[in-house]
Amino acid sequence: MGDLKPLLLKALHGAHGAKLVPFAGYEMPVQYAAGVMAEHLWCREKAGLFDVSHMGQVILPTDQAEGLEALVPIDVLGLAPGRQRYGLFTNDAGGVLDDLMIAKRESDLFLVVNAACKDADIAHLSAHLAGVAPVEDRALLALQGPLAEAALSRLLPDAAQMRFMDVAVMGWEGAALWLSRSGYTGEDGFEVSVPNAVAEGFASALLEMDEVAPIGLGARDSLRLEAGLPLYGQDLGPDITVIEAGLGWAISKARRADGQRAGGFPGADPILHQMEAGAPRRRVGLRPEGRAPMRAGVPLFDAAEGGQQIGTVTSGGFGPSVGGPIAMGLIDSAVPDGAMIYGEVRGKRLPARQSALPFQKQTYKR
Amino acid sequence: MKYTEEHEWLRVEGEFVVVGITEHAATQLGDVVFVELPDEGTEVAKDDEIVVIESVKAASDILAPLDGEIAEVNSALADNPGLVNEDPIGEAWFFKLKAADLGPMDEMMDEAAYKDFIGE
Repeated sequence: MGDLKPLLLKALHGAHGAKLVPFAGYEMPVQYAAGVMAEHLWCREKAGLFDVSHMGQVILPTDQAEGLEALVPIDVLGLAPGRQRYGLFTNDAGGVLDDLMIAKRESDLFLVVNAACKDADIAHLSAHLAGVAPVEDRALLALQGPLAEAALSRLLPDAAQMRFMDVAVMGWEGAALWLSRSGYTGEDGFEVSVPNAVAEGFASALLEMDEVAPIGLGARDSLRLEAGLPLYGQDLGPDITVIEAGLGWAISKARRADGQRAGGFPGADPILHQMEAGAPRRRVGLRPEGRAPMRAGVPLFDAAEGGQQIGTVTSGGFGPSVGGPIAMGLIDSAVPDGAMIYGEVRGKRLPARQSALPFQKQTYKR
Repeated sequence: MKYTEEHEWLRVEGEFVVVGITEHAATQLGDVVFVELPDEGTEVAKDDEIVVIESVKAASDILAPLDGEIAEVNSALADNPGLVNEDPIGEAWFFKLKAADLGPMDEMMDEAAYKDFIGE
């Protein structure tokens, strides 16, 4: 592995007591001085600022929309200007190569992809589409939480008019900022692509506000887990089908079996078949009964003793807002809804109830 | 007070050795959300993994610093694991050990040596 790339805002991270760790080739703030628990709770009550500049930003020409539809089970052609959809690059087995956001703008398409998949995604896009243009000169910030709108609209008054999954371009100090009203915490909030030249100034202007605090990757993970949002590489991957991952809702109507442009994406046959007939496994929420967290990799059984292994925890930890351990797992679909599941932690089988997702109510401004 | 390289502190109290983790260790672990303690009466050998601590970030173990028997555990930690962050060298002691031999404590670090060890 080569040298770690420092994020642009490294000086700012240092000023806020960031503890930096290597992640996807970047040196990332896992937490700031406040710590994971305090940061998590702050974001649920106020507004948290995340530096997610490691994520990939890619522009496609508008005329590649049809080509993009051949890679994702999403209605890209029907996307109105100023709107975005959650999407998935699928493989022939119906698994997931990456999950992403697809925004339709006035004169192009703008994609945001996962850091660890960025290079593979760009190669995948370039193999099938023309004019794929990775964006290399912009930071990506997320401002999330119930006071995000109030804070951001002090700098960008028009931001308050946006609804969940709207995208817009707004000027700030002579620079064009690309906004979306979305995020990865279950809270209302925004993601803002900022030209490198003004990124530090823009982040500082937000952090100077009383209700805004920086939030690290640690709390980002517990926030998204409480919100029931899958993480690529854990809850999503090439060997877990879209339906097993519980993402059937993300398949646009137009691309479903009875849609106007049914199928036509990698893995359409297995995915649309599983949508009708069910999948061998399903993603479930789990609430361990005790206090012990069940982390990714914990094997799941159908009995307190003996029995069969029926799955594995894909993401798990402690939910600060829930006030206890929470997890998501992939289990055999034959296991009845509501049946008690047992996770084996340090050699002991511990009971966990199946739970509806999300654990924490999402508060998107629809 | 004596210290181990595993960031435990040991304090002799009557016939027992009280054991906890240092403030430095608690800070490094981050917010503690779960503590699993051994049963009272358990015979332990030095370096046995006898306590599990889970923070928001990860799980880690506490090793028995001496041979002996677990005389008492701090059951308050089971209900309030956050004590480990609030008061690691006071209220958040983990267990009291009836040590087979206090001799090895002479070899352990004192406060100055421990501060040096953690680079303070």
